[in-house]
Amino acid sequence: MSAPNKSYDPVEVSVLKPEAVEGAVSDALAAIAAAVSLEELKEARLAHAGDRSPLALANREIGALPPHAKADAGKRIGAARGAVNRALKERQEALEAERDARVLVEETVDVTLPWDRVQRGARHPLTTMADRMADVFVSMGFEVAEGPEIEAEWFNFDALNFPPDHPARAMQDTFFVESEDSGMVLRTHTSPVQIRALLSRELPVYVVAPGKTFRTDELDATHSPVFHQLEGLAVDEGLTMADLKGAIAAFVNGLFGDPLPVRLRPSFFPFTEPSAEVDMQCFVCHGESVGNPDRACRTCSSEGWIEIGGCGMVNPRVLRAAGVDPERYSGWAFGLGVERTLMFRHGVADMHDMVEGDVRFTLPFGMEI
Amino acid sequence: MRAPLSWLREYAALPAGVTGRELAAKLIAAGLEVETVEEADITGPIVTGRVLAIEELTEFKKPIRWCQVDVGNPEPQNLICGARNFAVGDTVVVVLPGAVLPGGFAVGARKTYGRVSEGMICSLRELGIGDDHDGILVLPEDTGVGVDAIELLGLADDVLDIAVTPDRGYALSIRGLAREAAIAYGVAFTDPADVPIPDEGPSYPASIEATDVCDRFVLRRVSGFDPAAPSPLWLRTRLFRCGVRPVSLAVDVTNYLMLELGQPLHAFDAAKLTGEVVVRRARAGESLETLDHVKRTLDPGDLMITDGSGVISIAGAMGGLHTEIDGSSTEVVIEAAHFDPVSVARTVRRHRLHSEASYRFERGVDRELPLAASLRAVRLLAELGGARVVPGATVAEAPVEPVTITIPVSHPERVAGVEYSRETVVRRLEQVGCTVAGDDPITVTPASWRTDLTDPNDLAEEVIRLEGYDAIPERAPRPSAGRGLTSRQRLRRRVGRVLAATGHSEVLSYPFTSVKDFDALLLPVDDARRGALRLANPLSEDEPLLRTTLLPGLLRTAARNLGRGQTDLALFETGLVYRPKDGAGKVPAYGVEHAPSEAELAAIEAALPDQPHRVAVLVAGAAEPAGWWGAGRRAGWQDAIEAARLIAREAGVELRVTADRHEPWHPGRCAALWHGDVLVGHAGELHPRVVQHYGLPERASAVELELDRLPDGHSPTAPPVSTYPVATRDVALIVPANTPAATVEAALAEGAGDLLESLRLFDVYTGDQVGEGNKSLAYALRLRAPDRTLTAEEASTARDAAIARATELTGATPRT
Repeated sequence: MSAPNKSYDPVEVSVLKPEAVEGAVSDALAAIAAAVSLEELKEARLAHAGDRSPLALANREIGALPPHAKADAGKRIGAARGAVNRALKERQEALEAERDARVLVEETVDVTLPWDRVQRGARHPLTTMADRMADVFVSMGFEVAEGPEIEAEWFNFDALNFPPDHPARAMQDTFFVESEDSGMVLRTHTSPVQIRALLSRELPVYVVAPGKTFRTDELDATHSPVFHQLEGLAVDEGLTMADLKGAIAAFVNGLFGDPLPVRLRPSFFPFTEPSAEVDMQCFVCHGESVGNPDRACRTCSSEGWIEIGGCGMVNPRVLRAAGVDPERYSGWAFGLGVERTLMFRHGVADMHDMVEGDVRFTLPFGMEI
Repeated sequence: MRAPLSWLREYAALPAGVTGRELAAKLIAAGLEVETVEEADITGPIVTGRVLAIEELTEFKKPIRWCQVDVGNPEPQNLICGARNFAVGDTVVVVLPGAVLPGGFAVGARKTYGRVSEGMICSLRELGIGDDHDGILVLPEDTGVGVDAIELLGLADDVLDIAVTPDRGYALSIRGLAREAAIAYGVAFTDPADVPIPDEGPSYPASIEATDVCDRFVLRRVSGFDPAAPSPLWLRTRLFRCGVRPVSLAVDVTNYLMLELGQPLHAFDAAKLTGEVVVRRARAGESLETLDHVKRTLDPGDLMITDGSGVISIAGAMGGLHTEIDGSSTEVVIEAAHFDPVSVARTVRRHRLHSEASYRFERGVDRELPLAASLRAVRLLAELGGARVVPGATVAEAPVEPVTITIPVSHPERVAGVEYSRETVVRRLEQVGCTVAGDDPITVTPASWRTDLTDPNDLAEEVIRLEGYDAIPERAPRPSAGRGLTSRQRLRRRVGRVLAATGHSEVLSYPFTSVKDFDALLLPVDDARRGALRLANPLSEDEPLLRTTLLPGLLRTAARNLGRGQTDLALFETGLVYRPKDGAGKVPAYGVEHAPSEAELAAIEAALPDQPHRVAVLVAGAAEPAGWWGAGRRAGWQDAIEAARLIAREAGVELRVTADRHEPWHPGRCAALWHGDVLVGHAGELHPRVVQHYGLPERASAVELELDRLPDGHSPTAPPVSTYPVATRDVALIVPANTPAATVEAALAEGAGDLLESLRLFDVYTGDQVGEGNKSLAYALRLRAPDRTLTAEEASTARDAAIARATELTGATPRT
């Protein structure tokens, strides 16, 4: 095909001859049929459908044909390539199916083997409990306030209306930092943070303060010399006990996902007046265990109520000591026991478990509570 | 305070059917913390009987009596009895078959000592009204036969045990509790202190010198008292039910009236008094042997009762031994006084002298009680002890300003958020003994026994609690404009979470420590961590100090876990340590009438110790266990340092690590951790001796960081992400073995310049090929430009520059 084609005959282009095309197709189909693995099929694909395959080369010649011959040649090559591709596709599917049925089965492993190479960890449930309790209030717009654990007696007692020599001070079983008149104690409650918050923040104040507290109790099943409280304080214009009760009810609802009734019982704390103990209805029996021995409830000892802490209206004397005008502002405060909450909410039977740091106790609590 | 229901009923006209449990519920709602209700657990038939015949049985190991007792039936009751303190003709208490005694003890007819005993003859203890088990209770002769003894002796009585809060001294009495019970049921109250006081002259010379701490002092007297007269059973029963041991008639009467009225009384033997009784403060050097046989040296602050001979009693706390009533006392002087609560409290604390009397004085006693209480005392002594009341009362007193509180009628409503009518407010205040004057505002004079009512809110509480806390509605909280957790608070939570997520378990150990811990940690004598604060009253002398490092608690917790079989541990703790400030003095205290000034607050803060947040991590045993996959990996210094890096990354910083020596770490495996030029903490393997002291596995490693020295965390600016291809170049450098890898890495990074995307050490080699005393460090460099594909030349130039800088700074030679 060196000389120009004056009277063009497609037959003259050898690779486009029907016999050549048919030969290429039958070679291809044979190779495809002979491939017994996906690898061999890949080679066959390269040889018979690749860029350098006879059909691909033939296809390139079409462009040189005169217009009237192009259609015929294109049609025949197209049909040939279609046949090869179809065969490839079918063989591919067949071989893949075979692989799926045989090879992947041979690769079977025992997926029940353990892969416990990485240790599990956990936060202490008292930490997560305190965080969780605080977060319920944070979601209501409270902020988290803080104070030191070695605290000035003035913050821990005087400012909270515990006069010197009042028996209420003795009630607190205080650790004194040497010497006894150093003016320092291990804080006996988180309530000094009330004073710190009022002195350092703009009014109105809405804060909670989780933290460690200390009393000279020997460790036993229900006492620990080191324990945790969550303090709450709201000081604003026009706050009443109804606001206090509503906030505690909202807290119970937030922590238990259940709008359980709350109940206040009159009590005494020097820094609140009036004061109350606060109970929530038992989240397990909803009070149905009361007087019903068949449905005894271990969580509330069949009392129907669970004591969760103390609360009250901030004593105006406390407001004055913190520089707040009690004629204009009123407030409420509460203190909740974190250990106690963990105990009844999660069935912890013994204080020892919460202080000993045994990882078998801690691990199941994970990261959230 | 223990209160028998029958005693309360004497002064509160409670409905007939009310039980102790029902009353307890009402009192709890009114603010009295009823801790327990002991319910009567005795059921009859229990009757009185006259002993008709006694046959002594001698064939047993101990003498046994076979008795016939007339209990009002046609046939006498046959009873076996082991006690011997009764005779034919005595009236005794017989428990008949079918009865149940306290403690669930069911009595039946049963064969014992060869006879059938048809019930039993009882002692006080068996009846639940005394401790005495030695003998049978013998009743007075005029007691009938066949009388229901439960009714007669008040055997079935509920007892309420109430934890009285320190503000309510008045509730430490039957008088106070009966008043609350009467209010709770809306029934009549009879005041046991409401006795007409005859106007007579003095009975015994007395005066008050210390009028600032004693404003009333009353003496009355009886003569011809029979010191052998026993206390009647009803009185002993009440004392017993209240938890007070009967002693003698004179003492029992004073205790009885203290329980009933709340007024502590003291009985002196008048024959042992000399001259005028004077209430004054102790003088230096004075001492007194008190009733508990302890000789006490008195403080000039202590308030005393004295006579011509000197001190005879510590006011409000305890009497002296030498004026005590004894078995021959026939002349008795009764003292009833009102002392200052603070003065009594201080004396009690100084002498550790707690008594029922001081307990009440500290909590406030009704100033108006002494005259009535002493009158009732001498009358009871006369009635029960055959004495004659010597007419007259010595009254010494100091004037006291009455307390009045003025409040708007709406004040309780303003506190509670509930509307109360004026009528309700006034009625409730009058119920608790207040006098109310005026229309609105009202001026309230609290009752003499309510020394706790001093402020408007105190009055509000009385109204609110008596109307019921249940009447207070819940008002839904109004959201306030909080800003959530601070970045510091979020950091602390993040640190806890990242450590937990990487396999560490949090512990919360007690912050108590000791010199022994500091020794075990090998801390040098001048180490600042030895300068720990000490508790004045530690729970245990073994751990009197407050921690300056988190490590001892963490190591001990690890040891406890090991002892329980957990051999592979990764523990952490976050918390405060306490560092006293140099030269810090006493922490000042201020008044409470207004806020302290800025300077005053600063003085408090300056005197309080530094209390920074720290975090410590301990790893011991296997970091990865051996398993079917192959060998495990022991935790070591690398894990400790990596934990530190993890923590610092939460604070948004990369720690700079340098080799250091610092106890309690291994001197060759200790890293100092830096944020810039600030030392943040240390990490590495613990010193083998420390490991041994705490019984930990070999190679146990730890880190302790001061979290407060790290920033809060960062708020990153989004980095440009180049989409051009990366060029990688490996570099191997030979350096002296003691060259820190961190130094080499820093030099490479500096030399490679801006094109360096990351740099990773992938091999450390020592051996023949690099020469003795050397090591080879192999790094993979990833290079990329933000705006173009790097040419091979550019990448190689950057690599060569990195090597050149490393060579310059560390003497590294490229390994070929």
